[in-house]
Amino acid sequence: MVDVLPRASVSVARSRPRSFTLRRGSGLLPKLGFAVYLVALMLPICWLINMSLRSNEEIMSTLAFWPHHPSLEKYYYILNDPTWIHAFGVSLTYVAINTVISVTAALPAAYAFNRYHFIGDKYLFFWLLSNLMAPAAVYAMPFFNLYYAIGLFDTVWAVALAHCLFNVPVAVWILEGFVAGVPREIDEMAAIDGYSFPRFFIRIFVPLIANGIGVTAFFCFMFSWVEQLLATTLTATDALPFAAVMSRSYSVSGMDWSLLAAAGVLTMIPGAVVIWFVRNHIAKGFALGRV
Amino acid sequence: MTEKPFNNRAWLMVAPVFALVLFSALLPMMTVVNYSVQDSLGQNQFFWNGDAWFRDLLNPSTEIGARFADALLRNLSFSLVALAIEVPLGIAVALSLPRGGWAVGPVLVVIALPMLIPWNVVGTIWQIFSRADIGLFGAALTGLGLHYNVTQEPISAWCTIVVIDVWHWTPLVILLTYAGLRAIPDAFYQAARIDAASRWATFVNIELPKLQKVLVIVVLLRFMQTFMIYTEPFVVTGGGPGSATTFLSIDLVKIALGQVDLGPAAAMSLVYNLITLTLCWIFFTIMMQLDRRRYA
Amino acid sequence: MARITLDGIAHRYDTRSQSAALKRLNHVWQHGRAYALLGPSGCGKTTLLNIISGLIMPSEGRVLFDEKDVTQLPTERRNIAQVFQFPVIYDTMSVAENLAFPLKNRGIDRRAVKARVAEVADLLGLTRDLSRRARNLTAEAKQRVSLGRGLVRSDVAAILFDEPLTVIDPSLKWQLRSKLKAVHRALDLLMIYVTHDQVEALTFADEVVVMKDGSVLQVATPTRLFEQPEHTFVGYFIGSPGMNLVAAEVDGHVAHVAGQAIELGARYPKLAAGSTKLGFRPDYTFLVADGSGVPVQIRRMEDLGRRRLARVALGPHEIFATVPHDVPIAGEQAHLAIRQDRLFVYAHDELVSGDRR
Repeated sequence: MVDVLPRASVSVARSRPRSFTLRRGSGLLPKLGFAVYLVALMLPICWLINMSLRSNEEIMSTLAFWPHHPSLEKYYYILNDPTWIHAFGVSLTYVAINTVISVTAALPAAYAFNRYHFIGDKYLFFWLLSNLMAPAAVYAMPFFNLYYAIGLFDTVWAVALAHCLFNVPVAVWILEGFVAGVPREIDEMAAIDGYSFPRFFIRIFVPLIANGIGVTAFFCFMFSWVEQLLATTLTATDALPFAAVMSRSYSVSGMDWSLLAAAGVLTMIPGAVVIWFVRNHIAKGFALGRV
Repeated sequence: MTEKPFNNRAWLMVAPVFALVLFSALLPMMTVVNYSVQDSLGQNQFFWNGDAWFRDLLNPSTEIGARFADALLRNLSFSLVALAIEVPLGIAVALSLPRGGWAVGPVLVVIALPMLIPWNVVGTIWQIFSRADIGLFGAALTGLGLHYNVTQEPISAWCTIVVIDVWHWTPLVILLTYAGLRAIPDAFYQAARIDAASRWATFVNIELPKLQKVLVIVVLLRFMQTFMIYTEPFVVTGGGPGSATTFLSIDLVKIALGQVDLGPAAAMSLVYNLITLTLCWIFFTIMMQLDRRRYA
Repeated sequence: MARITLDGIAHRYDTRSQSAALKRLNHVWQHGRAYALLGPSGCGKTTLLNIISGLIMPSEGRVLFDEKDVTQLPTERRNIAQVFQFPVIYDTMSVAENLAFPLKNRGIDRRAVKARVAEVADLLGLTRDLSRRARNLTAEAKQRVSLGRGLVRSDVAAILFDEPLTVIDPSLKWQLRSKLKAVHRALDLLMIYVTHDQVEALTFADEVVVMKDGSVLQVATPTRLFEQPEHTFVGYFIGSPGMNLVAAEVDGHVAHVAGQAIELGARYPKLAAGSTKLGFRPDYTFLVADGSGVPVQIRRMEDLGRRRLARVALGPHEIFATVPHDVPIAGEQAHLAIRQDRLFVYAHDELVSGDRR
């Protein structure tokens, strides 16, 4: 005879399907290791924030985790200083320009790579990929000459175009993965419905991969924002990015550490903001299609 | 996989990309090629020098040849060490990330943070962090009794650069591996449980094989990035002490922009670029092979 | 093991939500029989399967293997095997190594493993492929390997299948189906097979459990499901085309549909107008040549070779009927006759049994 257990003792303990607990970290050691990793990751960043809130005298005299007299004076200074503001503005500008150019050019190319075979397509794709791996150092001097020769030296356009070297391949690579995710039947249906290709592309196709475009824009933003060698080589006075201004932060008594630290913290903010918005898609973006 | 139609008009769609990259890559390289086969007496007077610069470069007994060989060796050993640490570490961390739930978003953001920091700021952070007087890292190491001095001890400088690279770029390994792991269907894990497989056996027999393609991409990217590292060592050690951390990129920029030896610099650029191209080709072929096997 | 018992099983994925993935049910699965869990997507059949296998812990109720309460036991400690929708094999291993894996993990000695692997490979027709890399096989062969990994353990008493033919080429599905039936006959195991395809369910199973929206609607042999569906959904889902269902007013032994009177085979109490339906299969609904029967309008004829189907209209209702070969069709008007013993009355979608005296 089968007895039915009283409900109460049963339902509370089992509200979670076991499959969800299936892959949780097996045991304490991995969790501990993970926690150690996270701490190690955050330490230098926290230290930077720490530095930025202390004065130079305090920094040079004592080593401490906590600022004894925390002050935001360096932040005020940066946010009110025209050179700094201009520098940040310049950086944001060329990053934005570059992202727009890269994504716009890469869209049709990604479509072509995924949907068609054409002469030299494999070699072209490989060449693009290899530019992703191009050492910036190799291009520093040639770019210097090139942009000087065409009169774009020391403008945001120089840096924006220079960054296309690696950002366009990145954009094509990532977008191709998303294009692959749209079934070809959609193209065929649009053709049957009488759409001309440009109209189909802009009105139907692009909205379908809006997700992918967002992810691509994020990666282009990231790679352009962090690259400094080309940005400083191709600029002199008018279009100085923040990196150049930072390397000139000397005060009478040597390196102005707390100013540098404050500037550093400020440069992390755009990145953090952008990644927060695409956090659900980053893992998908870089790996999609290619994985 | 259905066959793709052959259509040469696709070149029209690829044209903007082609033009941009041509402008960014091929055009500048042409000037480099130009310089690499010429010599100058100053004041923009150039004369043909043939492959003299190349021969000098690839001959370890010349000054420039020795310099190049040293830098190349430094780069290769650095890449190997960095990869040997970052790949296992990255995989291990990716395995312990939460698979679902509210924690995923914030954790991914925190993990990705080091990658979003401009490279000169990374250098600055560690410049401060590694100093024995004002930095936690430096102070902790000297406090433990180690002879740690970034500006004077080559080993300290080396270790610091390795630590910086691991700190900076392991997140990339983690994110890509995590994406690869998430793509594995539940059923495989369930089958492994039914087969009474241990955690290690599950890792070796299910996760690792399914991560093959991701890992090839990861190793390719990371190797390339370590091979062309510039900003971080430049800011933290300036290439020193001596030439202990003078990697290829740093050396190249020094020669090209610092002194006026355009010829040797150009030759070095080309050889450097050729090496990266070759390595790229190898990885690309491996990737294509994996693709073909999957659809077999 | 003689049987699996589900006692008061119910499941909710989200404890806060009102809708249950699986509504309360009790069932006993007999050893050695083949069952199918049939139903549309989202009806809870996979949930039920996973509760039996132990991949999900039910929100309520108990699972018993014979008399032993296994609800708390994880999958690997129950003696079941599961075959999934797509082949789950270990890519890096050969077929033989795949089959040996579950045994090796349980510490069985090598010679016993080898013998057992050979046995199972022979049963499944894999002997020729034993040394091949598992990933190079066809999808159908891979599913056999997946099944083999389940059969290779001698303590396995039940095999659970979660739509295993999904990725198999349609022309090869029958091959794997026959293999499964052969294995069942040879090994006398309890087999539970989840599918949304009625052909698979009806040909494979001794008994079919029809489900919808988390509830079990009927458990019966394929024949009985066809001849006497206890729920309108069962009637509609099974058969191609399914049962005709029309709204009706039932009183005594007459039903009124769209103003027409239809003679019923039994007496029924008076049933509420809005929720009563009449159900009759096209197979037992005929167009007749003599003027008897219900007048209907022919909308379309479909000649299927073996039989002819007519789509007819009875008032606003569309009905499928069989057209016997000796019945000529002229014009749009025709008459419909329904076999009385195959005419069913449903109230609130459930079968009402009438008084057949």
